[in-house]
Amino acid sequence: MNLIETLEAEAIESITSDKKLPDFKAGDTLRVGVKVVEGDRTRIQNYEGVCIARTNRGMGSSFTVRKISFGEGVERVFPLYSPNVDSVTVLKRGIVRRAKLYYLRGLTGKRARIAEKRDDREKNTIKAEKQEAAEAAES
Amino acid sequence: MRSGVIAKKMGMTRLFQADGRHVPVTVLQLDNCQVVSVREAERDGYTAVQLGAGTAKAKNVSKPVRGHFAKNEVEPKLRVAEFRVDEEALLPVGATLTADHFVAGQIVDVTGQTQGKGFAGAMKRHGFGGLRATHGVSISHRSHGSTGQRQDPGKVFKNKKMAGHMGDRQRTQQNLEVVRTDANRGLIFIKGSVPGHKGAWLIINDAMKVPLHADAPIPGGLRRNADETATEDAPAGMIEDAAVHEAATGPTDAEIEAAAAAAPAEEASKSDENSGDDAKKEG
Repeated sequence: MNLIETLEAEAIESITSDKKLPDFKAGDTLRVGVKVVEGDRTRIQNYEGVCIARTNRGMGSSFTVRKISFGEGVERVFPLYSPNVDSVTVLKRGIVRRAKLYYLRGLTGKRARIAEKRDDREKNTIKAEKQEAAEAAES
Repeated sequence: MRSGVIAKKMGMTRLFQADGRHVPVTVLQLDNCQVVSVREAERDGYTAVQLGAGTAKAKNVSKPVRGHFAKNEVEPKLRVAEFRVDEEALLPVGATLTADHFVAGQIVDVTGQTQGKGFAGAMKRHGFGGLRATHGVSISHRSHGSTGQRQDPGKVFKNKKMAGHMGDRQRTQQNLEVVRTDANRGLIFIKGSVPGHKGAWLIINDAMKVPLHADAPIPGGLRRNADETATEDAPAGMIEDAAVHEAATGPTDAEIEAAAAAAPAEEASKSDENSGDDAKKEG
């Protein structure tokens, strides 16, 4: 591993040690907790939408989330390892056949739907994770 | 005037600031950067230090040069350069410079050989517009066009911008900011890009046009005074606090309200919109 890769791996490790980023890809519906500074205080603002693209470039990784806000399409690009991204939650996993869902930009309403992935194995793992978390909370 | 250093360009990456803004950085490494010899006013008429960096195989170094290194009891170096310094900033022969020679927030100049582009046309080399795509232009869409006038002056002026060799020239990028240093690995993180390709030797000097940073060690950050010059490391992937600059903030809520109260209702709604836009951009 060359020096730059080492540095990026260290940085990614230190960032992901305090916040866990889930596995997600284009087509998934995400809730992104974004840190917003208002005057002196900061708060977490949730941004919910469909992930239409992911770029995997080490520290330069980013993902694009699209949503329809008051009838207007809104897209935000988040650097994956940005300190401003407080949390990422996967709400729904979608079935898509492309890595970049730019075709959604031209579609609205029913046509812009994405079929949900029904994967029992994944559900079970999520359930198990939840259970573990609950157990951890109890103990 | 302090000595600069010889560093190797390792590549580029990105660091973050605590407020979420990202900083593109070039990573430079000090590879065995040592003082090879010293020029003194008494003997040489001026004061300077000669630094060497890298490790050269003895068999690849010519005998006279090997003798020069041997005289000063320094390992043969790949790259040697001289830095003019003030009398009090002279460094002892054999001293090893560390990355703490520079401090976060300091402004530096970086000199290096730019990437060679070979024989480049006028469009790439000088940003010419080229010729039209249609209207009878044939074969010469990327040519430079006319190079002069008529019988008078009857010649092409010297220094006319034309096609030719591009790049591979020594260039200095001025006023770059050091945003992080890592003395253990000898790394200097500089905001933005620097001349040269990966693995190229670069010369980093204190900025010529900016006063020296108050915390920069004089005569220099050396291995023997490493404890004195050591700085706390920022978390991996982040820049050091000393290099953080305040973002241009939008108006606060109170200011907007005050403006809204002062201005007529129409303008008040407009200013609200503007502040909303600002918030989006910063986020």
